[in-house]
Amino acid sequence: MKAAVLEKPKAFYDKFERKGKTQQETTHYCPGCGHGNLHKIITEALSEFGVDDRSIIVSPVGCSVFAYYYFDTGNIQAAHGRAPAVATGLKRSNPESIVISYQGDGDLAAIGGDEILQAANRGENMTVIFVNNAIYGMTGGQMAPTTLVGQKTTTSPYGRKIENEGYPIRMSEIIATLEAPVYVERTALVDFKTINHTKRAIRKAIKNQIDKKGFSFVEVLAPCPTGWKITPVDSQKWIQQHMMPYFPVQAFKDVSDQRESMEIEQRDYSDQEVLDVLGLSQLGEKKQVPASFIENFPTQFMKIAGFGGQGVLSAGVVMAACAMNENLEVTWIPSYGPEMRGGTANCSVILSNSRIGSPLTTNPNVLIVMNGPSLDAFEDDVQPNGLIIVNTSIVDRRVKRDDVDVLYIPLTEIASGLGLTAAANMVCLGAYLEYTKLIDYKSLFEIVPLAIKKKHLVDTNLKAIKEGVKYIRENYSR
Amino acid sequence: MTEEYVEIDLSLPSMKVVSNLCKGCGLCIEHCPKDCIEFTDKFNELGYKYAKYSGEGCTGCGICFYACPEPGAIIVYKKVREKK
Amino acid sequence: MQKELIKGNEAVIKGALMAGCSLYFGYPITPASEIAQAAAYYFPLLGGTFVQAESEVAAINMVYGASAAGKRVMTASSGPGLSLKQEGISYCAGAELPCVIADIMRAGPGLGNIWPEQGDYNQMVKGGGHGNYRNIVLAPNSAQEMCDLTMKAFELADIYRNPCIVITDAYIGQMMEPVEFPTTRKKVPYKEWALYGDEKSKKNLVTSILMNTHLEEEHNKKLQKKYQTIAENEVLYEALNTEDADIVLVGYGIISRILLNVMEILRKQDKKVGLIRPITLFPFPSDFISQAADSVKSFLVVELSNGQMIDDVKLAVNGRKDVHFYNRMGGAVPSVDEIVDVVKKFI
Repeated sequence: MKAAVLEKPKAFYDKFERKGKTQQETTHYCPGCGHGNLHKIITEALSEFGVDDRSIIVSPVGCSVFAYYYFDTGNIQAAHGRAPAVATGLKRSNPESIVISYQGDGDLAAIGGDEILQAANRGENMTVIFVNNAIYGMTGGQMAPTTLVGQKTTTSPYGRKIENEGYPIRMSEIIATLEAPVYVERTALVDFKTINHTKRAIRKAIKNQIDKKGFSFVEVLAPCPTGWKITPVDSQKWIQQHMMPYFPVQAFKDVSDQRESMEIEQRDYSDQEVLDVLGLSQLGEKKQVPASFIENFPTQFMKIAGFGGQGVLSAGVVMAACAMNENLEVTWIPSYGPEMRGGTANCSVILSNSRIGSPLTTNPNVLIVMNGPSLDAFEDDVQPNGLIIVNTSIVDRRVKRDDVDVLYIPLTEIASGLGLTAAANMVCLGAYLEYTKLIDYKSLFEIVPLAIKKKHLVDTNLKAIKEGVKYIRENYSR
Repeated sequence: MTEEYVEIDLSLPSMKVVSNLCKGCGLCIEHCPKDCIEFTDKFNELGYKYAKYSGEGCTGCGICFYACPEPGAIIVYKKVREKK
Repeated sequence: MQKELIKGNEAVIKGALMAGCSLYFGYPITPASEIAQAAAYYFPLLGGTFVQAESEVAAINMVYGASAAGKRVMTASSGPGLSLKQEGISYCAGAELPCVIADIMRAGPGLGNIWPEQGDYNQMVKGGGHGNYRNIVLAPNSAQEMCDLTMKAFELADIYRNPCIVITDAYIGQMMEPVEFPTTRKKVPYKEWALYGDEKSKKNLVTSILMNTHLEEEHNKKLQKKYQTIAENEVLYEALNTEDADIVLVGYGIISRILLNVMEILRKQDKKVGLIRPITLFPFPSDFISQAADSVKSFLVVELSNGQMIDDVKLAVNGRKDVHFYNRMGGAVPSVDEIVDVVKKFI
């Protein structure tokens, strides 16, 4: 004769050594507590599916904070309510691991209400076991979000009142309204029938994860004889009489059969692929530039200002990139913070032959104004003997100061003549470099094709630069 | 179910309460369909009056195993017919 | 071209990817959003994970999970977001989980505004969350350092199994500068303590709870010893003209760049002005400042806060010399001239 032995499942540790020096064979749970039954059911399922080695149990805050004493799996303890977020991090890192978030009602339905909803809504391929015993056990019997109306706890000593605390929250029903979850069921631990139901549900919730079907959620109505201050046997009856009428024991959603398995491709990427993706493979050697060019380069503190859409920020970026390409030090910073005045968009650009300190050009020696308000805002800040470039297509006044150099150029009209008003900024850069001769304007031709995202506009922008150069040659030759 | 086939002596009981692991919650006694588990009058090492098999009537149904919250407090031996 | 002209915030993400970071969890907040946006763009292209978390709290806890799973992982935020993350950072510190967190500081308290400030110094450098712990804190002041120090942060985080913060202000985050990137991606080391979801690692436990007071005390002592080791080995700072200085300016982030100009202007006027820029805020360059205190007449600490880093300078100087203070708050940033005038009052 043979016998089948029903005993402590293998996914439990033989001895619960993390528990301390004594009582290494029993749990820390009170007599009649439902956690032990659930641990048994989970370990049995993990062993049966042969996934205990791949499994990671997330212990919450609550009585099951010490769940890691028991499961012979990977174990992690999470902050109160955050188990689904922690589980998300674990699962996304190692998609082949089997991640089980084990949570109580305070953890899941109160402090962690958002984490559970959002993990469910993302359809994380994980299994959540929600132990609902309508009370905070660990902290001494306080009211839970699932505490029943009228139920007395240490923080609802006169019974839960609707006017003060509202109604008990039905998490399974809420989660089942979401599109992503694959399986949502509520079970109970009150008798042979409901325990078997719980076994089936937990198996399915784990199997779904193994099959990469997505988010599965099992809520279990479980006894807390100590918190409820009644016997274990009466606790089960109390669940039947009081909890089950309010928290119906049933499946709320099960689309396990309809869902495709979600395979995640995992592979290593070569350095070349990484550089390609990051746009770094085009970087190469330093350009050869005469030492005298660097030595003699006068620091340019530029402010480029105008309406949004006039390309003031991109003009700054192109100018900075161009100077960088000539081995100069550069910074670019957009109008930001208290510096922003008068409703203008602007950027500060510094080009220098030495290390740049502050990137802000409070007192520019080059001011480019694409519109009137910009001239009003920044004219007074320009250093004496500085340069101001005025877009006369839009700015209808002359510069008031007589201690600065001024170029009056119809930037927008020139650009319009090329059929691309937005290229006024490039007309300006061509003019600026041709007038100052600080950098050969042709250097811009190396940068513009890289800097402009719309490749069909590159040619027009290059023409705009040449038009700027031409305007200077015709009107401001020195 | 964790099923493992082992040879056992037919005279062994069909279920066993590991007395020092029992917390005396009484759920196995409550749910045994054959009423063949009972409380002892003695206290175990944990300080609980523990449950024990009365010695007859167990059919190896396993209900007590799942009703018991303790991982290792109950072991059930279910007789299996030899395949012919 | 040898370098890329790039925003500091974006350099953080490229640096992170080159450091072998494969997961990013974050929540949008100005002025750190470019970091999340760059992560959302690049991570999926390299088989990595980007998840826009439901909250700052969830984001740091996802980081906790991914770090426990042995990966290099990061998040980024700004002051209000970091306040929310403190519980999770404390858990990471307690469980000794390596992770990188960028803090692009903005003005506070409360919602404050989105302009630059340095008011997160205390919460990030001194701990911030509950319990006895320290973060390693790196303070870049250029786009190049946003990349380099982010990469270094991943290394330090792994070596010490500790959260590592990259802290800076909105200017450094928003500014574009040339950055030279490495050409090989770092390999992530195997972590004996991590949870890979396999047979070898299943013995591992990631936790910060130790109910036994003796064990918790031992754990705390071990952490303190680790912080001591970090303090002894990982100090980084930049010192300019301190040898003959009468007054040494001390500042980090955007302030250090403004102070560089201040120093240059005053040196041209034959004023003996030096500059110390802490690059690591924890560990703080206390020994160097203490040495400098032997020869200098006074210090001027400039901060975009009510005076948070100055406490560390004062501890290092230990009353031997005057430690002056100049600050702006609420998003205002001092000009070079403004500080030049301040320094002149003290020399």
